[in-house]
Amino acid sequence: MSYFTESLAQLFGREPRRPAEEEISPKVREIHIEKRANKITLAELEAERQAHRAEGEASKWKKRRWATLIAVNLLFVASYYFDVQLLEGALTASRFVGFHMADLNAALQVMLAYKHVVLNLVIGTVTVLVLWLLLGGRTFCSWVCPYHLLSEWAEKIHLWLVSKEIIEEHTFHRGVRTIFYVVFALLALLTGYTVFETISPTGILSRALIYGPGLALLWVLALLLFEVFVSRRAWCRYVCPIGMTYGLVGSVSPVRVVYSPEKCLFGGDCRTVCMVPHVLDATIMGRAKDESVPIGADCTRCGMCVDICPASALKFEVKGLSKVL
Amino acid sequence: MNDSVSNKPKKKPVSPRRREQSRREFLRSAALSAGVVTASLLGFLPVVQGSALRLRPPGALKTPLDEQQFLSSCIKCGQCVQVCPVEAIKLADLLDGFGMGTPYIDARAQACDFSCDGIQCVLACPTGSLTHDLDYPADTRMGFARLDKPKACLAMQGKGFKGLARGPDYKGKLRYEDVDRWTPIPVAEYPYDLEICDLCVRQCPIEIRIAQCASEDASSEAVNTARVAQKVGHECPPKHAIRLEPVDGGAGANAMRPVVLEGCVGCGVCEMICPAEPVAIVVDIDKTTDTV
Repeated sequence: MSYFTESLAQLFGREPRRPAEEEISPKVREIHIEKRANKITLAELEAERQAHRAEGEASKWKKRRWATLIAVNLLFVASYYFDVQLLEGALTASRFVGFHMADLNAALQVMLAYKHVVLNLVIGTVTVLVLWLLLGGRTFCSWVCPYHLLSEWAEKIHLWLVSKEIIEEHTFHRGVRTIFYVVFALLALLTGYTVFETISPTGILSRALIYGPGLALLWVLALLLFEVFVSRRAWCRYVCPIGMTYGLVGSVSPVRVVYSPEKCLFGGDCRTVCMVPHVLDATIMGRAKDESVPIGADCTRCGMCVDICPASALKFEVKGLSKVL
Repeated sequence: MNDSVSNKPKKKPVSPRRREQSRREFLRSAALSAGVVTASLLGFLPVVQGSALRLRPPGALKTPLDEQQFLSSCIKCGQCVQVCPVEAIKLADLLDGFGMGTPYIDARAQACDFSCDGIQCVLACPTGSLTHDLDYPADTRMGFARLDKPKACLAMQGKGFKGLARGPDYKGKLRYEDVDRWTPIPVAEYPYDLEICDLCVRQCPIEIRIAQCASEDASSEAVNTARVAQKVGHECPPKHAIRLEPVDGGAGANAMRPVVLEGCVGCGVCEMICPAEPVAIVVDIDKTTDTV
């Protein structure tokens, strides 16, 4: 249970805490002692990295993820364009071969604002809830949300600008996302309008792809420019309530990334590529409690850490299934 | 007071530099919250000003002057857009504020002519924003037509109409029973030759349906008694929507005035088909047959 509460606390914005010595299992304490004693040199680490890159698997999950993200969004577009009625609607609500689907956050906003729920919306919401419960929650963010992909490209430019010292990195307190979540829920409830939908780049981009571009794309562009010049991945990290909703769902999902300190080289590469590096706190020397640490709810299951890890210390796992197999 | 401090678990002393960093981060976070929330609330302006008020698809949850329920219940997915056979429904853009992503109809460009018969957009709506309470076109309350510029009206001038109602480049579609009862065709492919222009009456979906019902009734015994007997609700519109009436002392012996009647649902086909430029007849979105 402590893993669960800790995972939720981090989702709401608390910084990860260093575990007390007695919380760490004896086996992991041994691992830490052993690894501290036999630290690998920078040259050795670099050799491991190169060997890993040479294997050609360093972007395996990224390729799969981008292909999935583009395929899902194109399926919406193609379905309307060719009128095949496979996936009708947009990411906020749709019908997949006739079955209702509703984005959990969009549905929540509508329920709070309208205060009346029709059966179709219940069906759509429950379907999608079960789907993302099984698939990992914030998996939606990195595997489906079109803004995530644009934001990844903006991030590349941002990191390059920072490395050249052309701009400075600005961080925000992660707790601000929880404030946004409460504020937008209250705004929907009190004003009776789905206020967040007006600025949601996910909805705007999805509709722009399917129904054609509009002025609303300027807002998305403004967000991307903010992320390029001011703060890395600011929208997904600090603002988006959709991510928070799916994070809550993901807290009890069986699909997750699992960390094994025994294999870890403690080079910290995973944390540099991660959009939400606080979930990878266990990968810091002395922070892991068990031999196998599941990564928390805020993890988008994007697989970047899995891709970059030269020692396979981070892997995807489906809880329960690996034991069966 | 000092006791409470000493009771706390030992904390590393925070360096002034670190404290300054977290102070700045706090201020930045406050500014971000204020900025994003303000940006989202700007969407309220078009709603308050009423510039987001538009002709909505059939069944939209609104009173003539209040779209609040409609805007709150719409999930902005566009499924109604996808099912419309004449592509009458469009989605509003950024300048509509909270109305962004909600469906509307630009009647002059393409009105709702109920080509789908079953009000498909209502059936497609996942949230009930287009209420499932209506079954037939005659149950709809989108707006109410009004002869806005009587002087521009060809019938009022006693004139006929010959040619393409909206010119050769017009993209809009309508359903013509004599061409194909079930498939809409471009208006630009259907030339008219009328002694007195009665396009607003002739193309009115409610009037067309009334005529269909009348002819079905006339041949009911011979053709299909059961089919007619099954008719329930307002499958056949109970009231006429528009008709031409002679004008006393008009611009000519033939002068006729289009008179909008109780059965008008505000679908906008009259506004769409009217050959006058600027258009003589328009749909008021702030009225319905229940309020005039």
